[in-house]
Amino acid sequence: MPPRTCALCDDARAILKRPKTGQQICKECFFYVFETEVHNTIQESQLFKRGDRVAIGASGGKDSTVLAHVMKALNERYDYGLELFLLSIDEGITGYRDDSLETVKRNQQQYDMPLKILSYDELYGWTMDAIVSQVGKKNNCTFCGVFRRQALDRGAAILNVDHIVTGHNADDIAETVLMNIMRGDIARLGRCTSICTQGEDTIKRSKPFKYAYEKEIVMYAYFKKLDYFSTECIYSPDAYRGHARVFLKDLEAARPSAIIDIIHSGEAFEVKDDVKATQKIQRTLPHLFASILSKGDSLLEICKRCGYMSSNELCKACTLLEGLERGLANAAIVRALSPLFV
Amino acid sequence: MTTISLKIEFSGGLELLFANERSHRITLPALVPAAQGQSPADDGDAPKKPVDLEYLVCWLRDNLLKERVELFIENGTVRPGILVLVNDADWELEGEGEYQLKDGDEIVFISTLHGG
Repeated sequence: MPPRTCALCDDARAILKRPKTGQQICKECFFYVFETEVHNTIQESQLFKRGDRVAIGASGGKDSTVLAHVMKALNERYDYGLELFLLSIDEGITGYRDDSLETVKRNQQQYDMPLKILSYDELYGWTMDAIVSQVGKKNNCTFCGVFRRQALDRGAAILNVDHIVTGHNADDIAETVLMNIMRGDIARLGRCTSICTQGEDTIKRSKPFKYAYEKEIVMYAYFKKLDYFSTECIYSPDAYRGHARVFLKDLEAARPSAIIDIIHSGEAFEVKDDVKATQKIQRTLPHLFASILSKGDSLLEICKRCGYMSSNELCKACTLLEGLERGLANAAIVRALSPLFV
Repeated sequence: MTTISLKIEFSGGLELLFANERSHRITLPALVPAAQGQSPADDGDAPKKPVDLEYLVCWLRDNLLKERVELFIENGTVRPGILVLVNDADWELEGEGEYQLKDGDEIVFISTLHGG
């Protein structure tokens, strides 16, 4: 078979078939279109303004490594005027996170960005290794999810940044859409496709790779020879997401545009107002009871233990911590029921 | 019997299924039985075909893979989510499993299924 030439420059040898378009393109054109599409996503959503301090949530994995590389390149090429930082969370998982953090430390050198590492141990007094030795492998992802969310916010406050960007890609978002449909979680279905989320008090978070295919992110890392770490977390992968992921990969094999189509469907979902209202009451009821019991006036309070914003007397992380300290971790999980899939 | 040699690489976490070795050099017969699942030893008069990627994938499963075959192969080909490169080009441009291997080819398998 003769080598195919690039559909864009009609010159160099094609090295990639783009899943989004089916186009066959060469290495240089691939770098250019991949970066330009991320730039367009950033511009269309007006994610940043000049002078913003932006932290890149960096795990050492493929997505955040490519994100750091592309953010640096775009910031220089289009003169965004951003100050970029790397922010990593050390969950305290021996043989997993300690290795991936070594990758982040190399990234810090390669990209010349300040790096802040915050550990569960220093924030909460517990590593995931210690938590798993107490609660076992069954519910430990609940702890990790609640702790990480708060840890990123705290890290952002320490770095004094306006904004956290994460490496969530199109495949991740399509998976989440599928999961929320299968679970019938209307409220999250509406939110999960937003490129940018901002809670009451929390720092702005966004996903510049919202429309970037995992295949292209991995190919980008491969052709740019980026240094990333790829090992599954040793404590129980998220089984439910695993099913959605396998299903999505099968869909992609049959029709590559399926991923972007699912995101568009998720975005176009319209939820009737009365359905939304019912959902909202269902979600707020436990909080209402809690605040009546604590004679609180407002739904949004400050955690009495750590000062983090909370809709109860204790924030979710502290509820879990109290359970851990009293050896009643599983009871704490029920009370802290966490928003893991935003 | 003539043979070809290949360089095989696993990355993105896939190397964990292959004794944590990323790089391998292997030798395959240039002609293999046309029917899938036959080894070149019991050739006899069976029809032959030039060795292709489909054959390579099965050969890797039978000879190099150490664990969890279901994470590598599904329905006779690599599992969706594993990227394959032939001499640094997407195998989708090269005919996927039907690509006829040549002496000195470099084949890279990258898993995309591992955490971001």
